[in-house]
Order: sequence, then C-alpha cells, then structure tokens
Amino acid sequence: MMEAAINFLSQPLVFEIGVSLLKVGFILGLTIGFFAPMLAWVERKQSAVMQDRVGANRAGVFGFSVIGLLHSLADAIKLIFKEDFIPRGAERGLHTLAPVVAIIPALVAFAVIPFGGKYTLWGHEVNLVIADLDVGLLYVFAISSLATYGVVLAGWSSNNNWSLLGGLRASAQMFSYEVAMGLTIIGLVMFYQSLSLVVIVAKQENFWHWGIIWHFPAFILFLTCAVAENKRVPFDTPEAESELVAGYFTEYSGMKFIMFWTAEFLEMVTISGMCVALFMGGHHIPFVSQAMLLGLFTDLLGPNGAMLMAMLIGVGVFITKLVILLVFQMTVRWTMPRFRYDQIMKLGWKMVLPLSLVWIFVVGLGILSGVMPRP
Amino acid sequence: MREEDREKGYDFHKKSHTDTMVINMGPSHPATHGTVKFFLTLDGEIIEDIDVEIGYLHRAFEKECEAQKWNGVFPYTDRLDYTASALNNVGYAMAAERLIGIEVPERCQYLRTIVSEMARLSGHYTNVGAGALELGALTAFIYFIEARELLWDLMESICGARLTHNYVRIGGVTSDLPSGFRENIKRIFAKNRELWVDFDTMLTKNRIFLDRMRDTGAISQKDAIEWGFTGPCLRATGVPYDVRRAQPYLVYDRVDFDIPVGSTGDNFDRYLVRMEEINQSMRIIEQCLEQMPDGPINVDDPRWRMPSKDDSSTKMEPLIFHFKQIIEGPQIPAGEVYQAVEGCNGELGYYLVSSGGGKPWKCRVRPPSFALTAAMPLLVKGAMLADLIPTFDMINLIGGECDR
Repeated sequence: MMEAAINFLSQPLVFEIGVSLLKVGFILGLTIGFFAPMLAWVERKQSAVMQDRVGANRAGVFGFSVIGLLHSLADAIKLIFKEDFIPRGAERGLHTLAPVVAIIPALVAFAVIPFGGKYTLWGHEVNLVIADLDVGLLYVFAISSLATYGVVLAGWSSNNNWSLLGGLRASAQMFSYEVAMGLTIIGLVMFYQSLSLVVIVAKQENFWHWGIIWHFPAFILFLTCAVAENKRVPFDTPEAESELVAGYFTEYSGMKFIMFWTAEFLEMVTISGMCVALFMGGHHIPFVSQAMLLGLFTDLLGPNGAMLMAMLIGVGVFITKLVILLVFQMTVRWTMPRFRYDQIMKLGWKMVLPLSLVWIFVVGLGILSGVMPRP
Repeated sequence: MREEDREKGYDFHKKSHTDTMVINMGPSHPATHGTVKFFLTLDGEIIEDIDVEIGYLHRAFEKECEAQKWNGVFPYTDRLDYTASALNNVGYAMAAERLIGIEVPERCQYLRTIVSEMARLSGHYTNVGAGALELGALTAFIYFIEARELLWDLMESICGARLTHNYVRIGGVTSDLPSGFRENIKRIFAKNRELWVDFDTMLTKNRIFLDRMRDTGAISQKDAIEWGFTGPCLRATGVPYDVRRAQPYLVYDRVDFDIPVGSTGDNFDRYLVRMEEINQSMRIIEQCLEQMPDGPINVDDPRWRMPSKDDSSTKMEPLIFHFKQIIEGPQIPAGEVYQAVEGCNGELGYYLVSSGGGKPWKCRVRPPSFALTAAMPLLVKGAMLADLIPTFDMINLIGGECDR
C-alpha cells in the first residue's frame, strides 16, 4: 500500500502537479494567511513603539491577547458581519468587482518571484517558483498595471466626488510610477542579461554580484517607485484621509473594505519580493553557496535530507529579507508626512524618471568599459 | 490662468466639454472635524471658489452670559478656545476687574501669567501637532500630544480639570499652586523640550513637509492687517504685534521674552512662529516661577471675591457675603470696558457692558480665529485642494471660539 502510494507519487506528472499545488498553497498561505494579518499587526504595533504607545492589546480569548496578535482575527470577524453598503446611484456591478480587481493582481504577480532555488529531491527537480517565465519581469509589470483598474473603478463607481478624486489621483500616480519603475530596472536587466527572475536570482549566488551592490541607485529609485505604486505614505494621496475622507474606498464597508486593505499589504509583499529577487539575492545567503550548505548537512541527513534542509534555509532567508524590507516600508510610513498630488507627479516625471535614464546610461558605460563585470 | 483665458474669449470648460465640480467639504470631514463647512468649486484639483460656512459650534455664548451671574460666566469662557481654556478665563476676569476698578494681588498676577502661558503651550501643541497629523505625519502628532498630556497633568494639579481649566475668578484665582509644583514643572519641561526637539527633527527640515508648507496659504503684510489678522498668523507676515508687548497686562512687562516674527506669511512661517512661541512660553513660565512673591492670591474684598469656605462656614459676615455672591452676584458698577489678552490665535478681546447688576448686560468676545477664517477664500483660491489642509490648520479655526 505504502509502496503503491510512493510509486504513484513519483510519477513525473503527478509529482509535478503535486509540487505545483504545494507551491501555490504555500504562497497563498504566506501572503494572505500570514503576511496580510501579520502586517496589520505590525502596522499597529510598530507605530505604537515608534509613538511611545502601548498599541492594540484589547482583543483576546480568555484574557490572553498574545501581544495584540488576535486583533487581526477580531477585525476579520467584525468585518465579515458588517453591513455591505452600496451607495445609491453607484454602479453596483463595478462597485462589487473593484476590490476583487484590486486584490487579484497583487496575488498573481507573486507567481514569478522565486522564493527559493532549484533542488533535486528523490530524483526530481523542484524549482521554488510557481511559474518560471522567461519574461517574468514583464509579467509582473503587466499584472501590476491591472491593479490600477481596481482603484480607478472603485473611485468611479462609488458615485461619490471624494472617491472620484481619489480614483483620478490614483490612476495618474500609478501609471506614472509604473513607467519610472520599469525604467529603474532596465540597467539591472542589462547587467544580468535576462528578464527571468529565476535567472536573475541564480546569478546572484555570489554576494559580489548582488543587485544592491552594483545598482544601489536603482535600488533606491525602485523602492521609491514601489512605495508610490503601493500608495503608501508619503505617496498615499489617493486615500489621503485628511483631504479626501478615505479617497477611493470612502464608500466601501465590511469585507470589500478589508479587501482593499489586504490588497495594499499584498502589494507591499509582492513588491518587496520583487526587490529581494532583483537586488538582494533572493534566497541566497551572503558568502554561503548552496554547495556549502549541502556539504554541511549531507553527512548528517543524507542527500535528500540535506536538500530539504537547504530548501528550508533558502525559503527562510527569502522571508527574512522580505520582512526587513517590509519593516523598512512601515518605518517610512510612520515617519513621513504626505506629498501633495502635483509634487508626486513632479517627483515621478522630473526626478525619478530622468535619474533612472541616467542610470541606464551609466550601467551601459560600465558594462562596455568593463568596470561592471557581468555575472 | 483660466481667468486670462476667459478674458481672451477662450472658455476651457466650454471647449473641452467639462465642468467644475461642486463639493461639500465638511462639516463631517476629517479636516473640518464637524466645526465648519467649505463649499468648494473645484476645477480638477484646483480650488476655483470657496465658501466658508461657520456656525456649527454656535452655542449662544454671548446671550447665555447675559443670563448668568458675573462669576457664572467662567465655565462658558472655558469652552471658547477649548485648546487653551485658561487664557479665556484670564481675559474675562481682567475685563470684569477693570470694570470694577480693582487690581489683583501680585502673586495672583504671576499665577495668572503662568496659567496663561500654559494654556498657550497647550494650544500651540495641539495646533502644530494637528497640522502634522493632517499632513499624514501621525508620529509627530503623537509626540506633541504627549507633551500636551504632560502639561495637562500640571494643569490638573492646579485646577483639577484636564481640558476646560476653570481656574480664574473675578478678583483672584481658585487656589494656590499645589505642593511639588516646581519640581514637577522642571521635570515636565525637560521632557517637553526633548519632545520639541524630536518633533522639530522630524518635520522642520523634512523636504516633504517643507514642500507642503512653504508658499502655501501666504498672505501679504498689508492684506493681513486689512483682514484683521492678529497673533501668530499676523506675526508670520513680519508684523511684531503681540498684545503682551503692545499693551502689557499682568506681569508681561517684568519678564523677558522674544516675539518671533516671520517674513513671508505662509504656512511654514506660521508653523515656525508657533514652534518658537512654545519655547518662549516656557521661558516666561520659568521666569514667573522665579520672580513670584509670596502673598495673598485673592483681593481682600468680599464684595468681589467670595470669602473662603472655612470663613463662611464659621463666621457670620463672610456667610452673608457668600450668600449675597451666590444669590445676587457681584454688583459690578455700570459701565463698559474692552480688555484684550494675547490668545492662542491672536487678540482675544472681551467687551463687557454692565448696567450695574449681578449679571453682565452684554458680553461680547472678539475671537481671533473669526477674522482669520474670514480670510480663508483669499488664502486658498487658486491653490490645490491639498493646500487647503495645511492652510486651514495653521489658521487654526477653533469652533468654540469662532462661533461662540
């Protein structure tokens, strides 16, 4: 019986499908199941620490609040039972569709981000990325452009002038920074000679080939664009609560509201994942190659066990880097005031865009002159 | 630009088949928090026209005063500028005393100066902090709210209240400083100075903050004077007018303090003026505590200041005066008077008329933020919607004071 099961599972197609499902499940669990509620908690607790407050600690079961962790659960329960309000005169269909359109791209874009390397387990190769696309980068940009529709539709369909203003701001801002963001990583693509995130990560195995080392200016520009793209403070004009009440989601309540909220967190996670893959070496540990890791564990756990161990460590390292970036973004969010809408556009078109063009030129020169040895 | 186009016969809206958007900002809007409504005509994000509608916090203060005994007005004055309530107390008490023609003892004057400046601190903390909040810098806001809470601890130890500090009476104050006040104030001021530095570091040189504040909501010196500006908003244009200097009252002529002035009259100058005034107020309080003599805190005249509770429950004459004060109120001689103090937002004036009874015949307040709010259209027309937020905050409309 056991043997039959193992035989069934080792068929290449079954193994492939099984592993793919596992990977999808893992990513969904990681983003929606772990990061979305955890980021809500981090946002509350980190701001509390920065502001010399206690922070959320009320929601609890039998008196145990687990440092406020249960608050996210309480939120979810509360919001599920809340009235789903659609204002009079709103486009009912689009109003309902908008949060879905906002949340799906953030999830789907994670498909091409490698959260580990390639491992050989029981004779099968396991590549820790859901879809190893040759044009992974283009795919991410194509998908994240779609997220704009969610916001614009929400703003337009609500039949509320504040929402409309928020939606308009969002569309202009997100499209502008999409352009700038695409240009910031052209230099990186020239350097690694690939559009596939898997290849780019693989080429960063050596610490001295990390994107952040050769492309630090691009890293800063990319991160700026990423925050702007996610509509977080200081770029949160589409929802600017003191100007536009709540911007594009003014007329949303209950689960639809929380979907926008989750979409924002998921976009943060996805864009941080991109950043880790492009600039921070993905799952690689500085100065430690996969061969070294395998060598360390092979004696102890056998070849398959060592592979599994290396895989776990790789995923752990990836998540750690992700968390560092997320905490950094949170810190920015609780430090900065908000730009004005026209200042954001000016920053995007007159600062970030020219600078990224300059950086493309510099990288080109570097590669041609041999100062930047391509890995 | 659009105006010029129209003069040339080119109507942008007609040509492009667009129209302006009319939108109600407030009264329930995060930036107007229930106290005011802006009726905006927006061209995209640009404010073409703005109509300010005040009155959402109108509580018939002036009419209500006519139904109260002279001392019964004090709780109402607390609720004028509720971010700096003790200042309103002081202004009203001084006006009433001028009408009677009495002078309060020296120690009382020092006490009043101290609570006035503490009220100013509380008002400026609230205003500047809320300005940061409305630009999205929540952390900076909480720093100043902490400073304000610490300050309110002090106020609470003096008068028992945290928000509506009802401390001053005609002819004196309710109580002397509590024991340990000097040590507390030293500790709290040290902490507040740290918080001030934190706040300053986060915002004053922050490029985003500078971009939002500089050159927005600017007003020229001439316009400011014509529109009746007073207080920090006037000083931000460079006019060093401060009631504390121009018509010294209490003990302001005996303490050393600077009057910060700006040069451009924009929001950033208003912010800087307020930030510096926070420091100056602390200086004044510290000097007052040093100079303050011992002595009585009330005038020794039971016609104006109620005798102490101890006396009125053991002696006959104080009991009679106590009774007369409660039933009839102080019989202030007929006459009229205008007394101004430097409020948190500018010149806070009380115009009292007495017909010789126990109640004011008329109690008119000159609220500084009324004149400031009137100039809102001038300040924001042609600016962007987002500019309305810092401008409105630095104007510091306090509903209670403006609408009364």
